Amino acid sequence: MSYIVADQLIKTYGKADAAVIALGDVSFSIQTGEFVAIMGESGAGKSTLLSIMGAMNAPTGGRFLVDDIDVYGLKSEQRADFRREFLGFVFQSFHLVPYLSVLENVMLPLVTVKMSRTKKRSKAMEALSWVGLEAKAGRLPNQISGGENERVAVARAIVNDPPILLADEPTGNLDTRNSSAVMKLLQRLNRAGTTIVLVTHSPACAGCAQRLIQMSDGHLCNAVQQAEGAQALQPSA
Amino acid sequence: MKLSDIALKNLLRRKGKAVFILVGLMVAVATAVAVISYIEAMTADINHKLEKYGANILVVPRTDHLALNYGGMALGGVSFEMQEIPQEALTRIRHIKNARNIAAVGPVVLGGVTIDGQRVLLAGIDFATRQILKPWWHVLGRFPETGQIVAGSEAARVLGLSPGKAVHVKGAALAVAGILAPTGSQDDQLLFSHLGDAQQLLDKKGTVSMVEVAALCEACPIDDMVAQIGNVLPAARVMGIQQVVKGRLETLTHFRKFSYGVAAVVVLISGLVVLVTLMGSVRERTEEIGIFRAVGFRKQHVMCVVFLETLIVASLAGILGYAVGLLGAQAGLWLLADGHPVAVQVNPLLATEALAMAVGVGMAASAYPALMAARLDPNQALRAL
Repeated sequence: MSYIVADQLIKTYGKADAAVIALGDVSFSIQTGEFVAIMGESGAGKSTLLSIMGAMNAPTGGRFLVDDIDVYGLKSEQRADFRREFLGFVFQSFHLVPYLSVLENVMLPLVTVKMSRTKKRSKAMEALSWVGLEAKAGRLPNQISGGENERVAVARAIVNDPPILLADEPTGNLDTRNSSAVMKLLQRLNRAGTTIVLVTHSPACAGCAQRLIQMSDGHLCNAVQQAEGAQALQPSA
Repeated sequence: MKLSDIALKNLLRRKGKAVFILVGLMVAVATAVAVISYIEAMTADINHKLEKYGANILVVPRTDHLALNYGGMALGGVSFEMQEIPQEALTRIRHIKNARNIAAVGPVVLGGVTIDGQRVLLAGIDFATRQILKPWWHVLGRFPETGQIVAGSEAARVLGLSPGKAVHVKGAALAVAGILAPTGSQDDQLLFSHLGDAQQLLDKKGTVSMVEVAALCEACPIDDMVAQIGNVLPAARVMGIQQVVKGRLETLTHFRKFSYGVAAVVVLISGLVVLVTLMGSVRERTEEIGIFRAVGFRKQHVMCVVFLETLIVASLAGILGYAVGLLGAQAGLWLLADGHPVAVQVNPLLATEALAMAVGVGMAASAYPALMAARLDPNQALRAL
């Protein structure tokens, strides 16, 4: 049984003559532990699809299921709980809270969880050590580099041990070296069992995934199965 | 990390906005506290002065006779031929429970005398209590010694009296020491002598016709004082002069209503300032709120962050506003006290109310911005760069 199922998803913005179809009848499924990349030109509907998968953007039609849960059948506050328990987000623009330290940013998904302060701190430090930034726990986001910001965003995304990681152009603002570092992190996470959905423009980054979904004009083009064992991202010369 | 940590960190980061909201609420609280404290201090002072400005309790003999007026005030039944009050009984007034609230006890003996064929009322009083019981008296000449009298202005005109002249009452010659300036009351038609002189002339030794009492009723209701005096003088009828008491209370009530009205307007304006500032703050934090929602914050958690920020600032504003308000009230009293220093009292109840008001106004003003923040679409919020 598939872990993630998108069933005839439609998303329309606006009404009547001004309506824009961002997604038109998109269907696919993802298995537990898969690493799937979604590629397409600008305006293809990738980010819209990811926001629907992130339980933050109700589709106009169709269903989206995770572990047999109809995500948009849940109430708004239940979807917030779903995001906290099932999903981790990595954004292109990092989206770190500027007045919280690196450690506090990583602890953000744990704020509303009933857990002792010590345990929250411990889990956050563990996530930071996973991305190699435990030494910078006390710094503010504007005191670390762009690549380190993105790694902090990855740490925040995994601190709650979510089964699914959604990454929207995580290397979009990074140089090649940092992009490589971030993609290696994602591959490590995937090997540890996390299901990853990556939206990217970069063929190199897409090559790290096990499966590629191409989109164009709000529709799926094809779903290319990579060779078994995802291609490791090679550092550029 | 808790929601309160996020609230506190945001306040520390956006110090300017936090200080702006703090000052807005603090000004409201300080204004309310200053106005109320000032008015309370002034009215307490006014009340104290008013209560020393003449009698507010009358003691008369029990009688079934119809009411007579004295000084334009309703007295109850008074008959000069009735059994009068023993003077020695008056000492008991100084031993009632609230004796410290008594400013003056003024016995009065009244009786009719004939001067040059004209009937006129002679009143014997204790001139030592005159300044408290009759502070509006001004005399042309001087106040009398023993064996002398002062005449009311009308009595002097009718009898042709002037300072230095003598009048003969029941064979006794009494020199006119002075003439009272017109008071517009019945005093204008009376002759006034020392109590002992009048008691001798009127054959009323050891008795008095009535007693005027000036009571300081700030610490107790006048009804209590009246009851206490009535208990020690069972043969007498004791009455509060209702018009005077009610007039004073009305003045105080008007002052208080005015002060509350001014304070309410200032508080309302402050609340609007807080509301507008917080709405702007929520708009600035769109991305941040989107992050909170994306990582699983419920709407109630987002609202809680906004409310906690306001609670911290409002609590501080309440405490500082109370302190500033007290200082402002004291400064106002120093400036306007006209040489009569009046002190503002530290009132724990007002302090509590000031804190509650600051928090209440802050919470009310932050309700809509908190709701706005909670309702932000996380998807739109994260795309709003």
